[in-house]
Amino acid sequence: MRRVNRDARARVSLTLNGRKLAAEAEPRTLLCDFLRHALGATGTHVGCEHGVCGACTVLIDGVATRSCLTLAVQAEGREVRTVESLAAPDGELNPLQQAFRDHHALQCGFCTPGILMSFTDYLSRNPHASEAEIRDVLSGHLCRCTGYASIVAALKRAARRE
Amino acid sequence: MTDQLGKPVLRKEDPALLSGRGRYADDLPIPVGTLHAHVIRSPHAHAEIVRVDAAKALAHEGVWAVITGEDVRKLSDPFLAAVKAPVQQWTLAVERVRYVGEPVVLVVAESRYLAEDAAELVTIDYQPLDPVLDPVEACKSAAPLLHPAAGTNEISVREFRYGDPDGAFARADRRIAMTVPFPRLSFTPIECYVVVAQHNAAENSYDVLANFQGPFSMHPVMALALRVPGPKFRLRIPPDSGGSFGIKLSVFPYIVLIALAARITGRPVKWTEDRIEHLVAASSGPNRVTQIEAAVGKDGRILGLKLDQLEDYGAFLRAPMPAPLYRMHGAVTGAYDIEHVEVKNRAVLTNKMPASLIRGFGGPQLYLALERLMQRIAIELKLDPLDVIRRNLIAAQKFPYRTAAGALYDSGNYARAVEIAIGDGRLADLKKRREAARAQGRHYGIGFAVVVEPAMSNMGYLSTLMTAQAREKAGPKNGAVSMARLTIDPLGAVTVTADVTVQGQSHETVLAQIVAQELGLSPGEVEVVLELDTAKDQWSIAAGTYSSRFASGTAVAAHMAAVAMRDKLKAIGAKQLNVLPDDVELAQGKIRSRSNPDNALPFGRVAGTSHWSPVMLPETVAPALSETAVWTPPELEPPSIDDRINTSLTYGFIFDMCGVEIDPVTYHVRVDRYVSMHDAGRIMNPMIAEGQIRGAFAQGIAAALYEEFTYNEEGAFLNGTFADYLVPTVGEIPDVEILHYHSPSPFTPLGAKGLAEGNCMSTPACIANAIADALGVSAVELPATPRRIHALLQARA
Amino acid sequence: MKPRPFDYVQPDTVEEAVAILAEYGDDARILAGGQSLVPMLNLRIVEARALVDISRISALDVMREVRGKIEIGAAVTQNKLLAWPQLAEKLPLVAAALPHVGHFQTRNKGTVCGSIAHADPSSELPLTLALLGGEVVLKSERGERVLAAEDFQKDMLTTARAPDELIAAVRFPLANGKGVAFREVARRHGDFAIVAVAAVVEDKNTVRLGVGGMAGKPMVRRFAREEAAGAIAAWADALEGYEDLHASAAMRRDLFRNLGPLAVTEAIRCAA
Repeated sequence: MRRVNRDARARVSLTLNGRKLAAEAEPRTLLCDFLRHALGATGTHVGCEHGVCGACTVLIDGVATRSCLTLAVQAEGREVRTVESLAAPDGELNPLQQAFRDHHALQCGFCTPGILMSFTDYLSRNPHASEAEIRDVLSGHLCRCTGYASIVAALKRAARRE
Repeated sequence: MTDQLGKPVLRKEDPALLSGRGRYADDLPIPVGTLHAHVIRSPHAHAEIVRVDAAKALAHEGVWAVITGEDVRKLSDPFLAAVKAPVQQWTLAVERVRYVGEPVVLVVAESRYLAEDAAELVTIDYQPLDPVLDPVEACKSAAPLLHPAAGTNEISVREFRYGDPDGAFARADRRIAMTVPFPRLSFTPIECYVVVAQHNAAENSYDVLANFQGPFSMHPVMALALRVPGPKFRLRIPPDSGGSFGIKLSVFPYIVLIALAARITGRPVKWTEDRIEHLVAASSGPNRVTQIEAAVGKDGRILGLKLDQLEDYGAFLRAPMPAPLYRMHGAVTGAYDIEHVEVKNRAVLTNKMPASLIRGFGGPQLYLALERLMQRIAIELKLDPLDVIRRNLIAAQKFPYRTAAGALYDSGNYARAVEIAIGDGRLADLKKRREAARAQGRHYGIGFAVVVEPAMSNMGYLSTLMTAQAREKAGPKNGAVSMARLTIDPLGAVTVTADVTVQGQSHETVLAQIVAQELGLSPGEVEVVLELDTAKDQWSIAAGTYSSRFASGTAVAAHMAAVAMRDKLKAIGAKQLNVLPDDVELAQGKIRSRSNPDNALPFGRVAGTSHWSPVMLPETVAPALSETAVWTPPELEPPSIDDRINTSLTYGFIFDMCGVEIDPVTYHVRVDRYVSMHDAGRIMNPMIAEGQIRGAFAQGIAAALYEEFTYNEEGAFLNGTFADYLVPTVGEIPDVEILHYHSPSPFTPLGAKGLAEGNCMSTPACIANAIADALGVSAVELPATPRRIHALLQARA
Repeated sequence: MKPRPFDYVQPDTVEEAVAILAEYGDDARILAGGQSLVPMLNLRIVEARALVDISRISALDVMREVRGKIEIGAAVTQNKLLAWPQLAEKLPLVAAALPHVGHFQTRNKGTVCGSIAHADPSSELPLTLALLGGEVVLKSERGERVLAAEDFQKDMLTTARAPDELIAAVRFPLANGKGVAFREVARRHGDFAIVAVAAVVEDKNTVRLGVGGMAGKPMVRRFAREEAAGAIAAWADALEGYEDLHASAAMRRDLFRNLGPLAVTEAIRCAA
């Protein structure tokens, strides 16, 4: 059993994008804040803090999760993947990212990391997802810029390739 | 030479954004010791502030300051506003609160978590007052006054008359009138406001980073509020911003607030707005009630038009309001050839959050009224709605066309664009679908909307709200300045800076295309840096991204700078290639003789000459190290003595048609088919243009069917979270078939017209018309939610 | 918005969990998926002196068939249940309802029992539990008790769970081969339903219908097939519905009148 008092700071260790990292957090520290401000991984964005917009979506042990609805302490010992893990070390975009670029599936880019992580999970479970399935999963994300059509096109392309 | 413009060049912005390497305001490093702020907001729509007790909060761990309206009043001046009235607004509520969510107290602590804890310990005693929420009610003499010293809530009234409207109405066969309300909504970018402020006590200067979008006419407003001269108020815009759609204009009061917090605490202070605050108090478009009346002939030809536009700006007219009422002014007759016009513009205040400009910027409100009226005219006269529209469209040979209210429409062939859009069986198909559906007893309707989309505002437009005599005294205001600058570095690399702010409209890519086009480079070889810094960059009050000014304005300045740089480089290259400048061309990364292409030098080598061997430059040419272009189009004249004003530089055209079906089981509106024809002149990047159109279309659907800010009778805000304020997801956006027509603008060297607000203006009207046709009703209130559809069906039964 | 401070406890066993609940009295909250609780904590609209994170208790992450019922432990996520290969065969109604529950991303963490505990009046899982006549297994230091769904579900966001009790599991009776249907109306895909209906064919003559979003909790009735439309209309009037941002009471009643017969017809067709 693990117990952290409200006034205490717990040391949270996790693996972030393949690297073991640790920092301190209160029990109430949200994972999105921990990732962004304690660990410096600012690619994950915060849009609502109540689990609707999807901008904060990351992978925890491979599963797409709202990091604004997750406590940092809950990520103890877990493998966390964020958008920074997708491109190759030399910056080359992976097929999903490239599909987004080819189809102009982002404009301001703020909602994009969450969508990329959602589909990194989903397309690994269902690599040749249909358009209906893609739309269903995409409905867990809000985008204000694109009107979604180009995102669907990019995801359909990614579903054929991978 | 390869043409870069007009190609779907992939975006330069994408690799960083896709890799999580965007640099939004909250991502950027902050100094150690930066404090964090949290705003305590009014729970009342209207109340006197009796007492603020911050003692317990100040004693809380980690709290550095608790700042009240009285503190703010001592240290800052009220914000300048466009309307002269005895109304004062500071960045925190002073003496009185006037809307739910109004900032009342600022808590500054070592973390946001702590600041929110301490905020719960602040006790504020209020004496509630009666609120007024409805704009029509607020105009009545018995209404509670938001600003007693003003004596009224109807804070600005102006009447305009063009031609002989009374005569036209007297002559007319028929007069057809409607009252058309437009709802209050916002386009809630996924990134909220962020401000990081520092104060240098020795110099009494401020350094602020904020995701502010412009216009930079707000810079002096902020500096004056802070009681410092402009150079002592440095405003820096981050490299990336998560969308704005007009809303990140209204971060400016918070910039002043957090700047004051930095001054009071002696530390840098950061504030990140959260979604709950954003929904209740960031900004919204204004809701409007339009009474519109047309004098028509039996054939549907409009002889005269009257509009009474009552616009609700919430609790304060923040600068530059009431802009949406005036931005469209020259184009108040839309795409129609109407000579006799009467307009009454009324701005009224109510106990709701202050409204400001959002994407569409007055167009959605105007066109809902105008296009609903066009349908109504057809129904009353038993004519086909499309025939009535076409009968009134401005004829192609009249361009450039001066409207009754003074707009100079640059180019267009409206009839032809409509003809193309309805062709290829598109309209016939819609009609077939409607017929088939109705034969089965289903509710199917067809709607049309026609819109003239202005871009790049004439900064004098707002002065139209003053009378001619008042304008004379104040001095003329007009024009619009766009600025861009090219620099060449020692290795001959080109960098572009320009006076736009980044919000996702792909300016970096298009600017690179424009410059690459002139210099014979690829867009990948042109560096674009758009992190505007008022201390170091060139800017004017027009700087920023709003009112679709990029294509018609800043893009042109970049083009001009590139042309000037190209000509200089030709002269320099000519000397090095030993040919005449006329024989020099810039292509494929080289500077070469056109007649003998083997006589060539790499671009970088020639371009670097100005650094390394300025002596080698021809005598007539100054070193080509940098080139600044300032573009001020002459068409943007000040308002004339009879109140005619060319409110914008370029005018695009949109024709929409759609078929909708009402589901009698769920009361949902299903868009069956939607066609949108756009004439935006020359398209600089078709991929980006389509993205802008689809984005605006989604927001138009949102306004038509989903989004509205609602309040109860006490003024409580009911859409407090994203579960209550319904931003459409992918499932809610129907497909749209986009068609193009091209009438290049003769008023800009590029011929491109700003686009991307258009469907915010056209789509709500098109959908409303289709619903009216489906249900055979005359009043369709937007958003046409299932609740409203249910009520309409019940009323019919 | 940031949550207020709270203690965080992560028990490894059910025994540890109920001991913590007893220790904190009324002041502890169970954290399973967090998809309903954490937003409320962030918004500061609920109090919690302690959060008891049961998501890692392996004994609760179990699904099994027990005496004609499918028992789903408190740590089982909605997506885990949705991915169960036998779901369509054994619990076809739940298979029909689950895709409407939130979104893929929230179902990755949100739990089946968590949705039952949250008791939103129009939500899908409480409705299916009520219609199928399921039960809720509650554990505390005082022991274990099993409540039928209709006794567990009390009112809007209110259940019979005592503050020191943990929902250890819910049990859905098997519905192999039964004709079922599920329909809901929501503003957007994945939103809370305005009105949701679920139907099960009991036998040649009888249909059982459940409705969510017409009252504080799901309501269930059985009808003779031929009388369904009229009976539903009368029932709609009796329930009245309620008013909120998205629908008037009158609209709720009409939605129910429209959807109910459609669900009945579909369930009958499915049974055939």
